[in-house]
Amino acid sequence: MSSTSTTSLKDLFLNGIIKENTIFKLALSLCPSIAVTNNLKNGIFMGLAVLFVQTMVNLTISQMRKIIEPKVRLPIFMLVISGWVTITQMLMAALVTDVYANVGLYIALIVSFASILARAEMFASKNSIVPSMVDGLGMGVGFLFALTVISFFRELVGRGTLTVPTGLATQHVFTFISTKPVLIMVLPAGGFLAVGILMAFFNWIDARYMKKAAHASH
Amino acid sequence: MEALKKEHQLIVSVSPHVKSEETTSRIMWTVSLALLPAFLAGVYFFGPKALLITAVCIVSCMVFENLYMKIVGKKPVAGDGSAFLTGLLLGMNMPASLWSFSPFTAHVPVIASFVAVVITKQLFGGLGFNVFNPALIGRAFALISWPKAMTIWNEPTAALLAMDAKTTATPLGILKEEGVAKLLEVFGDKMSLYQHLLTGNRAGSIGETSAIALLIGGLFLLAKRYISWHIPVSFLATASVIAWVFGGKGALFTGDPVVHLLSGGMMLGAWFMATDYVTSPSMRKGQIVFGIGCGFLTMLIRLKGGFPEGVMFAILIMNCFAPLIDRGFQAKVFGAVKQDKAKEATK
Repeated sequence: MSSTSTTSLKDLFLNGIIKENTIFKLALSLCPSIAVTNNLKNGIFMGLAVLFVQTMVNLTISQMRKIIEPKVRLPIFMLVISGWVTITQMLMAALVTDVYANVGLYIALIVSFASILARAEMFASKNSIVPSMVDGLGMGVGFLFALTVISFFRELVGRGTLTVPTGLATQHVFTFISTKPVLIMVLPAGGFLAVGILMAFFNWIDARYMKKAAHASH
Repeated sequence: MEALKKEHQLIVSVSPHVKSEETTSRIMWTVSLALLPAFLAGVYFFGPKALLITAVCIVSCMVFENLYMKIVGKKPVAGDGSAFLTGLLLGMNMPASLWSFSPFTAHVPVIASFVAVVITKQLFGGLGFNVFNPALIGRAFALISWPKAMTIWNEPTAALLAMDAKTTATPLGILKEEGVAKLLEVFGDKMSLYQHLLTGNRAGSIGETSAIALLIGGLFLLAKRYISWHIPVSFLATASVIAWVFGGKGALFTGDPVVHLLSGGMMLGAWFMATDYVTSPSMRKGQIVFGIGCGFLTMLIRLKGGFPEGVMFAILIMNCFAPLIDRGFQAKVFGAVKQDKAKEATK
């Protein structure tokens, strides 16, 4: 979307987290953000998986951008993406077995993420390796951030606990509300509510920030 | 142009040019008044805790409305009565046992009020822009979040000072779990069952039990022309036909429509919830479609679904179809020719 010559690497990195946050700003990839975020640990690992795939796909496509025949670029992008998703799937199945049992289906679905294909098409295939990697990192960290916030909110309100991963195979469950949390928040309906509320909250912060910035520039 | 004096200028204003005496606030307070008989019946049968729960709902709805208005910097309009009405309806949709349910569950009405007023109404743009009925979303949220607390029903004690009462199943709960025979056994005979359902001397939400009081309120609104007959009549008629045809065990046409009409939230829903101006279609034909949909979905949930009662979900589902129904039954513009007919004429 933006060319590298005019934007610094830092702006490129922040772009994916704030200005073009996959979930809160572009409202893409909402399916996994609702399906796997009823538990903080699952949310974090899902976010990490997307971060990894996004960065590696951008890196690979950027490297290959001069030898890809433009007419068949989409199938080639898909091949690269599925390759990295398969690697992620195998890694997760081996390292974090219990998380994989819960989110495995959605890891496979990363193949069809609009944001990953979009970044490959619009950024990585037109830019050199370093900016492409930074762009992938930024988009991935933005996704990780969104999933962490959503799953934090949903697990805390809906179950009254927080499942924090302390290692690849270990976790610690903190209990905050022991009686009658708001059960709906861990159900699918609550996923939509949580995403909507957080999206509104971040847009509100953004609007206030823009207002201040506009005042400052005058 | 300068010669044109001020008194000769045409005054151009936006329609409507003739306004009636009716205001939003007057409608809201009249509907609240119409709910009063049913609410008093609820207080009579379930004791002072019914009054307390409804008071918590009304106060929190009004407080949340004012707080939200203050935060976003709009003029507070809690005086228009819409928050009061939402709170009253929400309170009447709660079980009276909420108060005695241990440990104390005051957070249920408070959070339900927040969801109703702030999330369902204000975040969608305020009164007039909400897609769903606020009080019903508040109740649905509470029912799904605290299924146990929201489905413990007290036996009506008819003792004004009793705080504790035995818990029991609602007539619909008995009907669903154990069938008509058990229902007749609990209430004696058929006439006694109808009598209990009509007066409201049965387990249920605070404001839904007294069918006769709700009917009085509904007919009052009808007589004052605040609501039209289209939604309630098509709602109740569809539900009773389905109850009669499919409600019986085994053979068709053996069901008892009266039990279905008088129990659960049917009366409260048909007269006061489905007729909400904002969330129902505005054209008469559309209102009939809306009512039929509500009746059909209610009976579908009651007879085939997992919940014993379906009025709340039926109305909420039809709420999302209201704009679509309105598009399907747009008013015919006077003098206008239908487009396809106009095309034919030019051929």
